[in-house]
Amino acid sequence: MTLSGAFLGLFYLVVFPGFAFTAVVGLFSSWVERKLSARLQWRVGPPWYQPFADFLKLLGKENVVPQGASRIGFFGAPVVGLAGVTLASTILWMANISPGSIFVGDLIAVIYLLMLPSLGIIIGGSFSRNPFGATGASREVKLMLAYEMPFLIALMTPVVKSGGLISIGALLDFQQGQGWMLGNASCALAFTAALFSSQAKLGLAPFDISEAETELIAGPLVEYSGSALALFKLTKAMLLAVLPILLITIFLGGARTPRTPLTYVLVLGFFIVLKNTNPRVRIDQAMRFFWIPLLALATLGIVLAAVGV
Amino acid sequence: MDIKKWGLKKSPWVFHLNTGACNNCDIEILDCLTPRFDLERFGVQLVTTPRHADVLLVTGPVTRQALPRLKHVYEQVAKPCLVVAVGTCACSCGIFDGSYHVAGPLDKIIPVDVYLPGCPPKPEAIILGVRKALNKL
Repeated sequence: MTLSGAFLGLFYLVVFPGFAFTAVVGLFSSWVERKLSARLQWRVGPPWYQPFADFLKLLGKENVVPQGASRIGFFGAPVVGLAGVTLASTILWMANISPGSIFVGDLIAVIYLLMLPSLGIIIGGSFSRNPFGATGASREVKLMLAYEMPFLIALMTPVVKSGGLISIGALLDFQQGQGWMLGNASCALAFTAALFSSQAKLGLAPFDISEAETELIAGPLVEYSGSALALFKLTKAMLLAVLPILLITIFLGGARTPRTPLTYVLVLGFFIVLKNTNPRVRIDQAMRFFWIPLLALATLGIVLAAVGV
Repeated sequence: MDIKKWGLKKSPWVFHLNTGACNNCDIEILDCLTPRFDLERFGVQLVTTPRHADVLLVTGPVTRQALPRLKHVYEQVAKPCLVVAVGTCACSCGIFDGSYHVAGPLDKIIPVDVYLPGCPPKPEAIILGVRKALNKL
């Protein structure tokens, strides 16, 4: 790779379409989430710059390390999550902008990278030497075991449907020729399963089991303060942008079609309305939900895709 | 304008600590978060752990039982933080002044930025107090 190529790659990763761009979109989406939640509860809600103010404030606060906790693990955990979501967003956007520039199998890489934020939360919770943190981390592990299986099967359904096109660029080309994936019965089932799994991946109610404010106070984030907490909040906000874009790319014909803003708002709106209309479920209820009905739905989708529906 | 101060002013996260209050001030604090008053307009969020807090709302006349917990929580809060004494008890011990079980008032133990007298103070008064405290920054 030449020097200018390296600089260009760095630009893609750090400014556009990677870190900075996704962070702005994500923070803005998290404002939409808070504002719409407020309107659904007959409140006025925060002004548009609220997530940015939260982030800047947390950067200026003191970083407290719990007594006896490992500094490397404690401060490394938020970086792991942020790195994962940044890389995933860069790959996704680049696949949408110039499909030829991405390697084969990028879909698999994105799925792996999107596990890193949850992993960061688990590491952080375990390293913070707090019973609430440890309990939250253990719940996050269980939740991951529950939702990853339907999520993976759901994202593989379009691959099976398109006859083994495993790169995002190829899937986009396929959808440009044949219409969006959601038009097929098998992929509609997969899309439903992916929506619910994404809700759990985002840690929104009814699956905010690991953070559970009323019982675990803040779960894995209980000991975090200052810039480390800011990174966790930013990771979460970026995930709120990346997951709808992933679903739009795989199922709804890509992020470059003129209907993208509309579909983005609809997917985001689904998450927010689901969050505000459902109370938190217990961890065993969540596992049962993901392992029995949702896994059955996703499996039915992939079987239908394999027989060509 | 200093960007850190702007952030702190626009997003004060509140941790609420009861040091032996009769629960009336606490109910009024919760009233501030209901749709009628909606403190989230000013970016105020009720957080559940002192580590996330920027403002410590303390109610009650600091009983001897609550004294070590109050000190512990104050040390746990990530600085900079504001301390707001809500209600007459927290400001001056009120009718409990001089009682055998009271170690307060609050400003004998930790530095207090804002006093909100009243038994209990109205939600409007609490909002006004928090706004004044933030403008003091």
